[in-house]
Amino acid sequence: MLYAILCYNSEDAVGSWSKEYHAQTMERLLTVHDKLAKQGRLGPVARLLPTTAATTLRKGREEMVIDGPFAETKEQLLGFYIVDCASLEAALDVAKDLAKANPGTGSYEIRPVAQMHESHLPAEKKPAA
Amino acid sequence: MSDLGWIDAVVAAARPQVMGALLRYFRDLDTAEEAFQEACLRALKTWPQNGPPRDAAAWLILVGRNAAMDDVRKRAKQTQLPDEAELSDLDDAEASMADRLDGDHYRDDILRLLFICCHPELPSTQQIALALRIVCGLSVAQIARAFLVSEAAMEQRITRAKARVGNAKMAFETPGAPERAERLATVAAMVYLTFNEGYSANQAEAEARAPLAEEAIRLVRLLLRLFPTEPEIMGLTALMQLQQSRARARFDKDGNIVLLEDQDRSLWSKGRIAEGLALIDKAMRHRRPGPYQIQAAIAALHAQARQAKDTDWKQIDLLYANLERLQPSPVVTLNRAVAVSKVSGPQAALEMIEPLGSRLQGYFYFHGVKGALLQQLERADEAREAFGRAIALANTPAEAAHIRQHLDRLSS
Repeated sequence: MLYAILCYNSEDAVGSWSKEYHAQTMERLLTVHDKLAKQGRLGPVARLLPTTAATTLRKGREEMVIDGPFAETKEQLLGFYIVDCASLEAALDVAKDLAKANPGTGSYEIRPVAQMHESHLPAEKKPAA
Repeated sequence: MSDLGWIDAVVAAARPQVMGALLRYFRDLDTAEEAFQEACLRALKTWPQNGPPRDAAAWLILVGRNAAMDDVRKRAKQTQLPDEAELSDLDDAEASMADRLDGDHYRDDILRLLFICCHPELPSTQQIALALRIVCGLSVAQIARAFLVSEAAMEQRITRAKARVGNAKMAFETPGAPERAERLATVAAMVYLTFNEGYSANQAEAEARAPLAEEAIRLVRLLLRLFPTEPEIMGLTALMQLQQSRARARFDKDGNIVLLEDQDRSLWSKGRIAEGLALIDKAMRHRRPGPYQIQAAIAALHAQARQAKDTDWKQIDLLYANLERLQPSPVVTLNRAVAVSKVSGPQAALEMIEPLGSRLQGYFYFHGVKGALLQQLERADEAREAFGRAIALANTPAEAAHIRQHLDRLSS
């Protein structure tokens, strides 16, 4: 089953990481990614721009475009993984590995994926890594 | 750095809000700073074992406030009873903390904290130094390094600036909308100055000064989070990210300046460009253009050109024309002339900048542009003279070296 692992953290805190801490954390996370990729379990992974870059469209009789994220929260959705896991237990193991690689504040929300669109972006439209 | 790097980051991120709230309670910068220090010490003791609190800022405010109040009480026993008017909000219990931290309160706290650093009697470099110390929490040594002065000199400057701010009357009541807008504009200007202090440097200095640009970007993001619907703050954030995206391409391996058109565009930071473009897109939807948005739109056109020759100079010329209307200045006209030279040729551009001579006589860049235009028109002697003046006025050896390259080309 596919699970989405949604990464929540205070973007202020993540934005305050020193260069060294950022580099070290990324290196530890890459080890986790590589392991999953080698097992053929890693789907799309995305890191999102800060919520200041977000815009929200509120549906209604008249649609409303609002600057900013959908909800004001202490921790923001900063990115997500799609991972193939045999069980919730296995998905939690992945989240625990991620938490070990990136300790401190924040949380991972684990949500089973109900449906996923099969289409893929053409290579030149994919955002730069 | 240890695994506890996250604590530093959480504390640094909470600092503006915590300092802003502590300043509101104690109405004194030194007391607020001491309270913050104490709260941080306690965080370092308890967080590694207990994990981070759910709301780090609220935790630090509460602990800092209690610590400072204990301290004040101890001192009071030795001297006299505290003046209650000096210590506002002493009676409220923890229960009301959540309310206090909600809503607009902390937005005004942070804005006030930044605004008092912008005291009009302080020279801009002191405003910046004060903001870096108080709001960003950089050490005096770090700030001294960025401004290329001794630690003792910087310590003295900051102490003086603090005293000046301390003597001024600070407005602690909640500001009205016009006053808030005015504060925001003043603070935004200071943040952009901070960025420019870190940006306009030669390579040797660039490394020392890099923290200025980084802190300025953190501050402008903070402003944008506090005022998420202000198109000018989106514009300023975009402008700074787009300019910063080129940081790695601005100097060659010998430390010489590389002009925009000669830069290796593969060195530009794609992440920063993506954020800049997203923000300028958002800002434009508001149809309330302003100087930061227009400058960001110009930077965006450069960022979108895959090669220098793909640059949409016509659009850049139009944007500068708008900027001239909104914010008339000879420097804007000079920048526009560069676009005009690409669209209509060097003669038209030269005619545009000649009337500026009297006002920009002492400006390095004016003579540099003039020299380049004269060079294109093959008026070598006049070009040489203009470049000579530019070298005499250059702010950094790198700028002078860059002009010398032009001179070399003229004489070869």
